[in-house]
Amino acid sequence: MRWILVALMVAATAMSDVLQSFEMKRAGEQSAGARGLMRLLVMIVQRRYLILSIGCLAVSFFSFMALVQTGPLSFAVPTSGASFILETLLAKFLLKENVGTRRAAGASIVLAGVVLVGG
Amino acid sequence: MVNDSPKVAIAKTFSVLLLFIALKAVGNLSLAWGMKHLMGGAATSAASASPSVNPLFYIRAMLNPYVLIGVVALIVALLARMVLLSISDLSFVLPVTAVGYVIATYLGKTVLHEEVTAKRWIGTVLIVIGAVLTSSTVHTSSARTSSNKEAKPQ
Repeated sequence: MRWILVALMVAATAMSDVLQSFEMKRAGEQSAGARGLMRLLVMIVQRRYLILSIGCLAVSFFSFMALVQTGPLSFAVPTSGASFILETLLAKFLLKENVGTRRAAGASIVLAGVVLVGG
Repeated sequence: MVNDSPKVAIAKTFSVLLLFIALKAVGNLSLAWGMKHLMGGAATSAASASPSVNPLFYIRAMLNPYVLIGVVALIVALLARMVLLSISDLSFVLPVTAVGYVIATYLGKTVLHEEVTAKRWIGTVLIVIGAVLTSSTVHTSSARTSSNKEAKPQ
């Protein structure tokens, strides 16, 4: 159960970041001179991602609340660092970024740490 | 805009940084304290008690003063982090704030009397080291590397 909550917390945090980042890029495009109906449409899309992003943040927060309700704080907080693993994987496979040796090693060390904290 | 001297800018960054770390630590602690007390005397004895799945439970939990203080502190921490990101880089903020994992574990042990084994301490330190390595990387973004030379699929 606690690992499900950790997974939910980490995935929701990453999702919220991705949505926010996506929305900020949209906002950048919009300022390039979109007008009228297009501007309105873009704004609705923006707002929808913003709402989704806040929704994800809420999911992450309530997962954390559920974790500290029954489990120790010394489990809930360090394991939230698993977000570094997920973000590195997303960067490599979704965003096709070049993940260097140092970053890959860092994510692996975080994984080892999470396993030790949970064990 | 305001042109701060380098010294003032550094002082400002570190004050906001300390504020964020402190608020995050206090917020997490207060929230955990409140949530554990909500479980009541009977439930705390059962170590394997599973967390509530009733959404109303979490809404009601907000009425607990410790939970409320925790939530408010975490919201202000989020705002402080936004200010911090506006005056410094993410590749500075992420590795430095990773110290929060150790602080939370320490507070869990001292204030909440949690049992922190050697294994858990080692794990926590590894997470901090890994987080620093991952986030302080000099970014090899596509603009600087071989991807410009790569044939684009479309």
